Amino acid sequence: MNGISQLLTRERSSVNSPGKSKSMWRGDYPFLLKSLILKDFRVRYRNMSLGVLWSLLNPLVMLGVYTFVFTKIFKNSSPHWAVFLLCGIVPFNFFALSWQSGTTSLVENAGLIKRVAVPREIIPITSVLSNCLHLGIQIALLLIVVLVTGVRLNIYWLFLPLIWALELATICGMALLFAALNVYVRDTRYFVESANLVLFWLVPIFYPFSMIPAQFKNIYQYNPVAALVLAMREIVLDAHAPSAVLLTKLTLVSVVSLAAGFLVFRRMKPGFYSHL
Amino acid sequence: MTSNPPAIVCENVWKTFRLHTHQKLLRQHLTSWFGGPGFSQFDALKGVSFEVTQGEGLAVIGSNGAGKSTLLSIVTGLAKPDKGTVRVDGRVAALLELGSGFHPDLTGAENVYLNAALLGFSERRTKDMFDDIVDFAGVREFIDEPLRTYSSGMMMRLAFSVAVNVDPDVLIIDEVLAVGDMDFQAKSYGRIRDFRQAGKTFLCVSHNPKVLLDLCDRAVWLDQGEILMCDRIKYVLEAYEGRAAHAGA
Repeated sequence: MNGISQLLTRERSSVNSPGKSKSMWRGDYPFLLKSLILKDFRVRYRNMSLGVLWSLLNPLVMLGVYTFVFTKIFKNSSPHWAVFLLCGIVPFNFFALSWQSGTTSLVENAGLIKRVAVPREIIPITSVLSNCLHLGIQIALLLIVVLVTGVRLNIYWLFLPLIWALELATICGMALLFAALNVYVRDTRYFVESANLVLFWLVPIFYPFSMIPAQFKNIYQYNPVAALVLAMREIVLDAHAPSAVLLTKLTLVSVVSLAAGFLVFRRMKPGFYSHL
Repeated sequence: MTSNPPAIVCENVWKTFRLHTHQKLLRQHLTSWFGGPGFSQFDALKGVSFEVTQGEGLAVIGSNGAGKSTLLSIVTGLAKPDKGTVRVDGRVAALLELGSGFHPDLTGAENVYLNAALLGFSERRTKDMFDDIVDFAGVREFIDEPLRTYSSGMMMRLAFSVAVNVDPDVLIIDEVLAVGDMDFQAKSYGRIRDFRQAGKTFLCVSHNPKVLLDLCDRAVWLDQGEILMCDRIKYVLEAYEGRAAHAGA
C-alpha cells in the first residue's frame, strides 16, 4: 500500500521554469470549480436580505419600466411586447454582467492568485459560470411570461441549450482575454463598462432585427449578443429553428473567442504575480 | 541515513522584479511605449540552488528582503523564475500568508471546504477530514459563524489545521505560526514533528531560532538573493546569530 502511494507521489512531480506555462497545481478540478462557484454565490447573495429574489426583481422592474415607455410613450404595435423585450434583455444582461465581472475577476482575487497555486484560468471562468444561477432564474421568468401571455412553446426551444452553450463559450473567451489585460492595464474595466453601454443600443433589444438597414445586418450577426437575441426571437416568437448561417456564425465567434482568450491568457499569466 | 530521493530541487533560480510595476494606467503604458523612462530592475534571487531530500526539514533564514518569500512563492509555483528550474515531487500544501484563500463572508466550515479545494484535495477527502480539521483548530463552536468574526489567532489555527490535515507530501510555511497562542503553537509543532516522522518534507521561513532547531535539519541562509551558507541548522543559526550580534555591536 505504502509502496503504491510512494510511486504515485513520485509521478506527481511538477516543474517550475521560465518557459513552462503549465500550472503546478494538481487536484480535483470539478471540486475546485464547484467550490469557487459556491463561494461567488454565497458572497454575492448572503448579505442581501432578499437574496436570490433580486435576480427576479431586477428584470421585472426593468420589464415594467420599458413596457411603460415603449407602449405608452412611444406607441408600439408589436404583439407579445414583453416576450420580445425579455428575449433581448435576458441575453444582454447576462453578457454585460459576465463580461464585466470576468474582466475584474483576476484583480479582485489578487490575494488568491498571489498565495495559492490554483490554475489561473479557472478564476475568470468561474466568475462567468457563477452568473448562471442568475441566468437560470431569468430564463424561468421568460418561460413564465411566455406561458402567461399566450405565446406557445415549440419544439425549437430545444435549440436554446445549444445557443446558450455557444454564448457561454464566447463570454468565457472574452473574460479570459479582458481579465488578463486588466491585470496590466487597469483601465480595461472602464473600457468594458463603456462598451457595455454602447452595446445596449447596438443590440436589438428595443427594436426588431427587421428594422436594421440591410447593409448593417451582416455585422449584427457577428455581434455575439445580437446574434443570440436574434436566435432567441426566432425560436421563441417565430417558432422556427435558427438559421444555419446564424448558428455557423455563433459557432465561429465562440471558437475564435475561446482560442484568443486562452492564447492571450497563457502569454500573459507569467507576469500576473508581479503585476497584481 | 539512506539517501532519499530529493523532494525539492532548486537549480540556479533567478528572479528579477521590475520596479515601477505599479504603472497600470493606460497613460503610463503609452508613455513607456513611446520611449518613456525605462524600468530599473531589482534582483530578488541571484542563482539560488539547493535540494531538499524527502523527509527532510529545511529552514530558510535571512534578514527582511533577503528573498525568502520570493523563493517560497517560486517553489510553490506562484511565481515563475526568470532563469533556472524548480522541481517538486508530491502534493504541496503551502501556508504563505495568514488566511490566504479564506473569504471573510463565508463561514468557517465553508472556508474549510474552499481551502481544501484550492489545495487540490477531493470533496470526499475533505468530508472525511472535516471533523479532524475543526477539532484540531479548536473552533468547533464558531464553525458556522462568518470568518470575519474570528480573531487572527483562530483564523491561523483553522488555516494551519486544513493544511496539515489534508496530508500533503510537502508542507511549506512562511512565518504564519507566530500568531497562535502558546498551546496551539506547541500543538502545531507536535503535528509538524509527526509529519516529519511520517517521512514528509517540510520547508519553512521563520525568525524563531528555537522553533527552527526543533523542526528542521538543515538551513539555507539567504542574503540579498544569494545563498551565504547551507548546512546543518545548528551551524547556520550560530553563524547567522554571530553576524547579527556583530552587526548590532
